[in-house]
Amino acid sequence: MTGAILFLTLLGLALGVLIGIATKVFAVYIDPRVEETEDLLPGANCGGCGLAGCSEFAKALVAGKVEPTDCPVCSSDDINAIGKVLGIKALSEIKDVAVVMCCGDNENSPELSLYNGINDCASAVFAAGSVKACRYGCLGLGSCVHACPFNAIEITEAGIALVHPDLCVGCGKCVEACPRDLIKLVPETAECHILCSSPLKAPAQRKVCKTGCIGCRKCLKEAGKDSIEMDGFLAKIKYENAPKIELVNACPVKTIKPKLGLEEKLKKITEAKKVKEGK
Amino acid sequence: MGKVLFFAGGIHPENDGKYLTEKCSIQEPPLFSEYTVLLSQHIGAPAKPIVKKKDNILKGQKIAVAAGFISANIHAPTSGTVKDICNCPGPNGMPSPAIIIESDGEDSACEPMEPIKDWENAKPEELIKRIAEAGIVGMGGAAFPINVKLSPPKGKTIDKLILNGAECEPYLTADHRLMLESPETVIKGARLLKYILGTKRALFGIENNKKDAMNALREAQAYNDDIVIQNLQVHYPQGAEKQLIYALTGREVPNKGGLPLEVGCVVQNVGTAVAVYEAVVEGKSLYERITTVTGTPLVSPGNWKFRVGTPLSEVLRCAGGVKENPGKVILGGPMMGMAQHSLEVPISKNTSGVLLLSKDETSLFEGNPCISCGKCVDVCPMNLIPSVISLQVETEAFELAEEYNVGDCMECGSCSYVCPAKRPLVQYFKKAKSVIAINKRKSQ
Repeated sequence: MTGAILFLTLLGLALGVLIGIATKVFAVYIDPRVEETEDLLPGANCGGCGLAGCSEFAKALVAGKVEPTDCPVCSSDDINAIGKVLGIKALSEIKDVAVVMCCGDNENSPELSLYNGINDCASAVFAAGSVKACRYGCLGLGSCVHACPFNAIEITEAGIALVHPDLCVGCGKCVEACPRDLIKLVPETAECHILCSSPLKAPAQRKVCKTGCIGCRKCLKEAGKDSIEMDGFLAKIKYENAPKIELVNACPVKTIKPKLGLEEKLKKITEAKKVKEGK
Repeated sequence: MGKVLFFAGGIHPENDGKYLTEKCSIQEPPLFSEYTVLLSQHIGAPAKPIVKKKDNILKGQKIAVAAGFISANIHAPTSGTVKDICNCPGPNGMPSPAIIIESDGEDSACEPMEPIKDWENAKPEELIKRIAEAGIVGMGGAAFPINVKLSPPKGKTIDKLILNGAECEPYLTADHRLMLESPETVIKGARLLKYILGTKRALFGIENNKKDAMNALREAQAYNDDIVIQNLQVHYPQGAEKQLIYALTGREVPNKGGLPLEVGCVVQNVGTAVAVYEAVVEGKSLYERITTVTGTPLVSPGNWKFRVGTPLSEVLRCAGGVKENPGKVILGGPMMGMAQHSLEVPISKNTSGVLLLSKDETSLFEGNPCISCGKCVDVCPMNLIPSVISLQVETEAFELAEEYNVGDCMECGSCSYVCPAKRPLVQYFKKAKSVIAINKRKSQ
């Protein structure tokens, strides 16, 4: 009994000394900044930066291979904090958010057929071409919802994908997932969007969707060439010079919608304008 | 009667729905006011239109020419004017280019091609040229241009000609009625094909549930030994090319896209044999076909000889309309056919059936995870592993699916039919095939 206790104690001591020596001799130096930066990164491993996860990005940051702004997810505060750790001046850019360029929900673009198959947009396109009347619009089966690592996208009750700008970090996963290329990354500061991607002419467009862009050019006249461009029969916003929220009222078919969360602001502006005109 | 031949795998639906139309003789529909003739009624490149808007055309006139080696000519189904050349809803759900013909009600035919009455002394090349001119494609469903099938590449010898009268697809009876009502033409067409290919015999493969058709054919061929009529087990998919070859000759077509001619076989549908005979001996081009219009919601299902381009709305009117609102309208049979969302879709050269299923017969379900029961592995006639491939497609491992030979899947639907988890297996395979094809095109 005493022999066993003695033996184990000695063994423990010997191994402890061995480990102590090994940690000194075989020590690997890790830059403490890597750990510190990694703590500041979102840790979602979304791959939006193009590297394999946040720890790789942290290593690359310390090595000076990437800029803090290359992480599409970090808020401007995070980026500044990372800059402090690394001792560089990190200018925070304007964040990009994803927007689904379609507003043809079930009410506006009715369902052509009942799709009962694999629950993903690309499969539906392969199987039947389209589920809704419009061949360019959102199918509402949620491939983007599955692709989003931040739960920022929902399929509304009316059957259309909606990105919540406050949750979206602009990683661009949904952009790849959409088989119809409807999702675009746009600056967070843009106040309104033209939610249509259909190149159809007005008569054909009206048949398949009540809120599709008909190419009437009213928004172009209102906001000017610097803010709006025409791509055939489809108006597009030039986001480097995004128009003000008032443009929403110029659209006769309600294709232009305010950014999610700015509806109240629009209401106030519209009312104020009415009052002004009344006078 | 000889022994009943069959293949491994496959299924046998309890109610095959053939009773609805197997006693209905082939009828001639009235002339309709408008025909939508699709330019892509065959596998391969869509035909190029050679008529313009407002042109006057006659029945049987060539209105579009084959655009490439694998493509086929298209002929006008009636006389009238070209109303428009535009995109129309196609059978696969995509808009498809089509020539819309407004009928003038006179149905006056153009000068037919010169009949080759003495075909036994004509050169086979000449006959193949005529068949290509008439725009004949496989009428069984795949719509492969027949002239290509009949001219095997050099160095390949064909020693078996197989006439496919199996009609294994439930509900459809078009081939059955054709064999029963005009056995002489079928036999003559078979002899013509046999002459072109230079084989000793023509083998008919017919499922055991069509004994009356077999007897009619036996009588029509006067018991000569150049035509062999073989009865097959009633089993789906007995009429699939590779399964039919295996059942009749014991030969296995190699996988990874192997063709029947690699084992010295050519398979033709009985409808094709009739079309070939009419093109050669009567000089008639292919602009009509026999289609089964069936389903329990219809007032009077039956078989009709519809012209190519007849819209589904008119087809359903011919069958007396519907008793109840159908749950699904399918072009083709219940196993391999495509559900349609529009009644503007027209009949094309390969539409063997129009099937309406009632709301009770169509079940809407959500696919569940695979329970690895292995039922699909048992029934797959191509000896694939549907359960594993479906999981690969689900996780988007398309390269792995290709390694597991998803390309050999003929989309017969047997696996989806037996799956207790109701997985949309065939849809997974169709998706994989499309994605693999797209990726290949991109990498080239």
